[in-house]
Amino acid sequence: MSDSILELENLRKNFGGVVAVSDLSLKIRRGTVSSLIGPNGAGKTTIFNLVTGFLSPSSGQIYFAGRRLNKIKPHMTASVGIGRTFQNVQIFSNMSVLENIMVGRHLRSRAGIFYSSFFPPFLRKEENTIREDAEKQLTFLGLDQYADVPAGSLPLGNQRMLEIARALALEPKLLLLDEPASGLNARETIAMGGLIEKIKNMNITVLLVEHDMELVMDISDHVAVVNFGRLIAEGTPIEVQENPDVITAYLGE
Amino acid sequence: MNFTDGSIADVLQFLFMGIQRGCIYAMVAMGFNMIYNSTGIINFAQGEFVVLGGLMMVTLTMALNLSIVFAFILSMFFVIIAGILMERLTINPVKQPTVLRLIIITIAVSIIIKGAAMCFWGKGSHYMHHFSGTEPLEFFGATILPQTIWIIAILLLLVAAYVYFFNYTMTGKCMRACSINRDAARLAGINDRKMVMLSFALSAGIGAIAGIIITPIIQMDYARGAMLGLKGFGAAVLGGLGNSMGAVVAGVLLGILEALGAGYISSHYMDAIALVILLLVLFIRPSGIFGSSEAMRLKEF
Amino acid sequence: MKGKNSAGFIAFIIAIIVIPFIINNDYYIGVLVFTAFNCLACIGLCLLMGYAGQISIGHGAFVAIGAYTSAILTSKLAWSPWLAMLCGIVIVVVIAFCIGIPALRLKGHYLAMATLGFASIIHIVAVAAVDLTGGPSGIVSIPRLGLFGHVLSSDTQYFYFSWGVVAFGIYIAFNLINSRVGRGLQAIHGSEDAASSLGINITSYKVKVFILSAVYASVSGSLYAYYVNYIDPGPFDVMLSILLVTMVAVGGLHHIWGAVIGAIVLSLLPEFLSFISGYLQVIGIKYQPDYDTLVYGGILLIIMLFLPEGIFKGIDGAIGNVKSFFLKVAGRPSRRV
Repeated sequence: MSDSILELENLRKNFGGVVAVSDLSLKIRRGTVSSLIGPNGAGKTTIFNLVTGFLSPSSGQIYFAGRRLNKIKPHMTASVGIGRTFQNVQIFSNMSVLENIMVGRHLRSRAGIFYSSFFPPFLRKEENTIREDAEKQLTFLGLDQYADVPAGSLPLGNQRMLEIARALALEPKLLLLDEPASGLNARETIAMGGLIEKIKNMNITVLLVEHDMELVMDISDHVAVVNFGRLIAEGTPIEVQENPDVITAYLGE
Repeated sequence: MNFTDGSIADVLQFLFMGIQRGCIYAMVAMGFNMIYNSTGIINFAQGEFVVLGGLMMVTLTMALNLSIVFAFILSMFFVIIAGILMERLTINPVKQPTVLRLIIITIAVSIIIKGAAMCFWGKGSHYMHHFSGTEPLEFFGATILPQTIWIIAILLLLVAAYVYFFNYTMTGKCMRACSINRDAARLAGINDRKMVMLSFALSAGIGAIAGIIITPIIQMDYARGAMLGLKGFGAAVLGGLGNSMGAVVAGVLLGILEALGAGYISSHYMDAIALVILLLVLFIRPSGIFGSSEAMRLKEF
Repeated sequence: MKGKNSAGFIAFIIAIIVIPFIINNDYYIGVLVFTAFNCLACIGLCLLMGYAGQISIGHGAFVAIGAYTSAILTSKLAWSPWLAMLCGIVIVVVIAFCIGIPALRLKGHYLAMATLGFASIIHIVAVAAVDLTGGPSGIVSIPRLGLFGHVLSSDTQYFYFSWGVVAFGIYIAFNLINSRVGRGLQAIHGSEDAASSLGINITSYKVKVFILSAVYASVSGSLYAYYVNYIDPGPFDVMLSILLVTMVAVGGLHHIWGAVIGAIVLSLLPEFLSFISGYLQVIGIKYQPDYDTLVYGGILLIIMLFLPEGIFKGIDGAIGNVKSFFLKVAGRPSRRV
C-alpha cells in the first residue's frame, strides 16, 4: 500500500440531483506520471477539487500517503504535500513573476505579522532565502528574464509554466496539473511534456487531467479514463488506446 | 416609552407603526432586488432615490401647490430620470467592473445626490400634507393614520403591478431572462443594456414612491437616505437577496420587529434594532429566510 | 520599486520636518494635524482594501471606539493617556476579531453593507448611551498626551508627534507588504483559490489584516481625542467611514502612498475650496461650505470613472510616460512592459 501515494475509494459526489463522480476507485503510484482523461464534463476537474479540498465528497474515502483526507480544507492540502494548477490559469496577475513564485514558498517560511512589520526586508534573513529559492525555480523553468514582469502580461504558455513553477516551489510530493497543455501550440506542448518529465525525475508524482492525447500517451506511465463520473478503463497508454469502451466513450456507438 | 402592561392595544399600536415603516423597507428592498437581479450589484444610492422622491413631492405640493396626483407622477418621473442618468453615466460606461470599483461608484453617486439635496432643500426637515387628512382611525384601542392605510394600499398595488409586469408582460419576462442568464438572453435577441437601464428606472421609481408616501409622516430631510437604504437592504437580505416577494414579507417583518423593540426595549436604540437584525442575518444565514444557500453561491457577488 | 519607496519615505520625513518652519499659521498647522489622523486611518484601510482586497465602509467605528475609550478612561477614571490608548487598541482587536470572523466569510457587497451597518450601530450607541459616552454632548476634559515627561501642548509639537506616528505607520505597512505576509495578502487578492492551494489560510489572513487596520483606526481616534480634548458623536457618523474609503480610493487603492496622498488631498480640500471661493465668486458662483459634500462625491465619481487606480497611479503613470518620452528622444530604448 505504501506504493500508492493517492488512493480514491468509492468516491462519490452529488450536486443536488446531478451525480458528478460516481463510485470512483483509483490508485496512483508514487513517482509516476498518471493521466486522467475523458470527454468534457466527465468529472475530471471535480475529482481534482475533491482531492484538494475545494469540494467535499458525498461519500467515499481519499487517502494521501496513507492518511485519510476527507474533510480537509483547501489550504491544508498544501501542507500535506499536494500542489495543483488550475484549468483557467490562476496566477496572481497583480504581482510580478518572481513574487508569484515567492508565494509558493509560503509554507516553507515562518515570518508572521509582528516580525514582518517591525523589521524591514533587508534585515530579514528568511526573506532573502525565499527570494533565492524562488529565483532557483525561475531558472529551472527558464523564465529568468521575466522575473520582475507583472505576471498578467505574460503569454498564456508562460503563465502556465509560472503556475507550475509556483506549485513546485511548495516542494509537493504530488502535483496535480489541470489541463496544462490547454491553449498551447505544438511547440509549447512538447516543452510542457519535457517539463513534466523533469518533474518526474525530481521524484514528484504527477497526476494530470488533459485532452491532448499525444501528450498524454507520450509521457504517462498510467492512464485512467473517466466518463459520466465513472472510471471506465485504466492501464498503460497502449492498453487504454486499444480498449473498446474508451473508443466508444469518445466516439459514440 | 416603555409599555410593560402588555395590553392588546399596545401590541396593535406597535404593529401598525411597524407595518407603516415596514412597507417602506419593503419597497426599498424591492428596489435593491431589481438592480441586483439585473446587474449583480447593490446600489448604495437606493436610499437617496427615496429622499429625492419625498423632497421633490414636498416642493411640488407645498411650494408649487400642484395637486397630489399630478405631483406624484411628476416626482416619480423626476427620480426615474435621475435613476436612468445614474445608469447611463456611471454604470454603463465602466469597462472593467470590479466589485470594489462599482461599490465605490454607487457610493459616490449617493454622496452626490445627498449633497445636491442638501444644497437645494437645505438641512431642515420638510413637511407635506397627508393624502387624505390627519385624523387617526380607531381600531381595537389602537390608532392608525389614514396615511398608513395609503401606504399599505400602495404597497399592495406595487406588489400586484410587480407580479403582473414580471409574469405577464414581454418586457418583464425579458428582464427576468436577463437576470437568470444574461448571455443566453442576449443570444435570444434581448437588449440586455436596455434591461439594465430599465431596472434602474424601475428601482428609482419604486424608491420615489416610498419617499413620497412616507414623507407626510416622518418629514423628509436630505440625510435620511443612508439609514433607509441600510434598513431596506436588511429587508432584502432577510427575504433572500434577489427575491422581491420575500423582500416584501421581510420588510414588513423588519418594521414590526423594529417597532416592537422600540416599544418594549428602548426607543433610543430603535434604528440600531433593524441594523442588528441585518448583521445577524448576514452572519448567520446570508441567504435569508426565503433564499437558498446554493443559489446564493451561484451569483457572482 | 523598493528604491522608489525609500526615496519617497525620506522625502516624506524631510517634508514633515520642514513644513512647520514654512507654515507659521497655527490654524493651518492644526488642519495638518487632523490630516495626519486621517492619514493614519487610511493607511490601515489601504492594507485591508488595496492589498487584501476586502471592503470596509465602517472603519469610522474603530476610530470612534479608539477615541471614546481614550476619552472615557482618561477623563472619568484618570487613566494615563498611553494606557488608555493601549486599552482602546485591545478593545478594537477583540471587536474586530469577533466581527471579522463571520463578516469576512461574506463577499464584496455583503461585507460592505455589514461594515456600514456596524458603523451606524456604533454611532447610534455613541449618541444614545448617555451614561457611558455622554450622549450628544460628549465628553470633555480629556487630558493631553505626554511624551517622556513633557506634555504636548502646542499645535507644532502635536504636528511633529502625529506625523511621526504616521511615518511609523508607513514604515510598518511597507515592511508588511514586502514580506511573506504581504505577499500572502496580495495573493488572496489575486486569486483566493490559488492562494489556498499554496497553503494560505484565507480567512485567518483576512481577519488578521482586518484587525491590524482596526488598530490603525483606533490609534488615530485616540490621538484625535488627546488633541482636541473633547469628543462628541458628531464627527463619528457614517460619513466618516465613507470619507475614509473615499480618501483611499481617490488616492490610490493599491499603494500606501496612494492612501497617504488621498488622505492629504481630501483633508485639505475644504480649506482649498474656501480659499478659492473668493475667486469663484468673481465668476458668479457663490460657494458655500455646504457644497463640500457635493464636491467630494463629484471627485470620487470622476476618479472612479476615469482614473480608477487613483491619483497615485495616475501620477506614477504620467511620470513613467514622461520618462520614456525623454528616453526615446535621447535615443535609448525605454524599458516599458
